[in-house]
Amino acid sequence: MGAFTYHKPATVGEAADLAAELHGARFVAGGTDVVVLLKQRKIDPANLISLRNVAELTYIDSADGLSLGSGVTHTRIANHDYIRARYSALADGARVVGSKQIRNVATLGGNICNAAPSADTACPLLALDAAVRILGREGEREVPIDDFFLGPNKVALADGELVLGIKLPATSEKSGSAYIKHSRRQAMELPMVGVAAWVSVSIGGSEERCRGALECEHTPDVIQLLQNEEVVLEDVRIAMGVVAPRPIRAREAEAKLKGQVVSGALFESMGDVAVSECQARDSFRCDAGYRLEMVRVLTKRAILKAIDRIMRPGREADIDLLW
Amino acid sequence: MKQEIQFVLNGEQVFADVDPQWTLLYLLRNVFGYTGAKKGCGVGECGACTVIVDGEATNSCLYPVLEVEGRHVTTIEGVAAPDGTLHPIQQAFIENNGVQCGYCTAGMIMSAKALLDQKPDPTEEEIRTAIAGNICRCTGYVQIVESIQMAAARMKQ
Ligand SMILES: Cc1cc2nc3c(=O)[nH]c(=O)nc-3n(C[C@H](O)[C@H](O)[C@H](O)COP(=O)(O)OP(=O)(O)OC[C@H]3O[C@@H](n4cnc5c(N)ncnc54)[C@H](O)[C@@H]3O)c2cc1C
Ligand code: FES
Ligand code: FES
Repeated sequence: MGAFTYHKPATVGEAADLAAELHGARFVAGGTDVVVLLKQRKIDPANLISLRNVAELTYIDSADGLSLGSGVTHTRIANHDYIRARYSALADGARVVGSKQIRNVATLGGNICNAAPSADTACPLLALDAAVRILGREGEREVPIDDFFLGPNKVALADGELVLGIKLPATSEKSGSAYIKHSRRQAMELPMVGVAAWVSVSIGGSEERCRGALECEHTPDVIQLLQNEEVVLEDVRIAMGVVAPRPIRAREAEAKLKGQVVSGALFESMGDVAVSECQARDSFRCDAGYRLEMVRVLTKRAILKAIDRIMRPGREADIDLLW
Repeated sequence: MKQEIQFVLNGEQVFADVDPQWTLLYLLRNVFGYTGAKKGCGVGECGACTVIVDGEATNSCLYPVLEVEGRHVTTIEGVAAPDGTLHPIQQAFIENNGVQCGYCTAGMIMSAKALLDQKPDPTEEEIRTAIAGNICRCTGYVQIVESIQMAAARMKQ
């Protein structure tokens, strides 16, 4: 590592002042990306500004929707009952980042600012329609998360700007979400593909029979039985990771689903559209063709899992249930 | 330029003059001579450097040394009782063949200790999740999981 001066501000104000003063300084939160980059000599900043001791950035506030400080760790998110219940996709993402040791220090802010195409909280935040709270020279501004990610490791922050936190809109009882990380191993692995979905539904038939449908083992049976109960996807958001230079919303696939009763044919055509929205590439983890095939499967599964979260809330046992 | 830090290491208040470029792992091994924590990968992948900071298992290879100021750090050297009696987790690793070459062991035990300190009665799934960031090239993990289960059972008594 090259020589640097390490600053430890205690407040957001001090951190912002340091950033304004020290041109080209790097923020460091949990350091799980920054320290690796320093060791690999991929970055060589003269100044590091640590956010680890800024207590103002560690809030979790569920009074109106959900507000999270950028300094909240993945461990805290993964263990937070309200987030697990109401913003399940985010908890799904946080609990599969790296290892326990990584999650204990790595932060939500670091994950989105590092902006890897594979970042595990990125798709959940896109699907949950997050806004990013940014502190710049002219004060605070808010940017939709979809405008925040610009490309691999590139975000809409000017030099010296820092992320205060994120805000998620309130959710209703009839909405749910899920994130599926598709990876070769269960831990210490980045996804080959990641998909998050948020849905709100109305049910023409019986909720009891919907719950029964979700007990079925085979996906086509689940879908057929949900169709019989006239489960309508009133609103949908889908996000996909590692299929483009940055995590993306599948807006055309969403449009295809909106207002429709779930059915096998609907999922089939939605899968085609979602695939057409990707710009997948080959990598050492897998080739592009496989990624696209998995987009088809995982968009459907993520939606079903989100529906499951609405119908059978609080069920933790089958968190990895795959159909 | 060196800066002085002060922290609690295995229950004792200590001081050190550190270089901002150091990690906690470097400080432990090269200044305090506590070589229990190992450097495997140096980038958070293997868990051989795991220590407990303020109650949480952490990769000391990624921990900026200046962040150690004022914190409580526990290493494998601070796990046994002062009279040398091994901690139940250490004892269980020995009895169950949870140790072969030993390179991963200090990190494994620190991950296990952080888990059992927070959750005295973990499920097998929770144990596996807690040590998923600790790579062992020898044991195949089964004896390690069993060692942690044995320790948990004994610590409850
Ligand atoms: C072994 C290992 C495994 C990993 N596995 C995963 C994984 O499975 N999934 C995954 O998504 N990631 C993974 N990561 C990457 C990393 O842990 C995450 O991206 C993590 O969330 C980064 O958070 P941090 O607090 O450590 O960020 P840092 O390293 O402190 O910062 C990351 C970037 O964000 C900037 N930054 C941080 N906070 C702010 C802020 N408030 N305002 C402005 N800029 C800021 C920093 O300047 C830096 O550019 C892994 C990393 C390691 C070392
Ligand atoms: S040396 Fe720290 S995780 Fe490998
Ligand atoms: S005992 Fe050899 S690496 Fe685990």
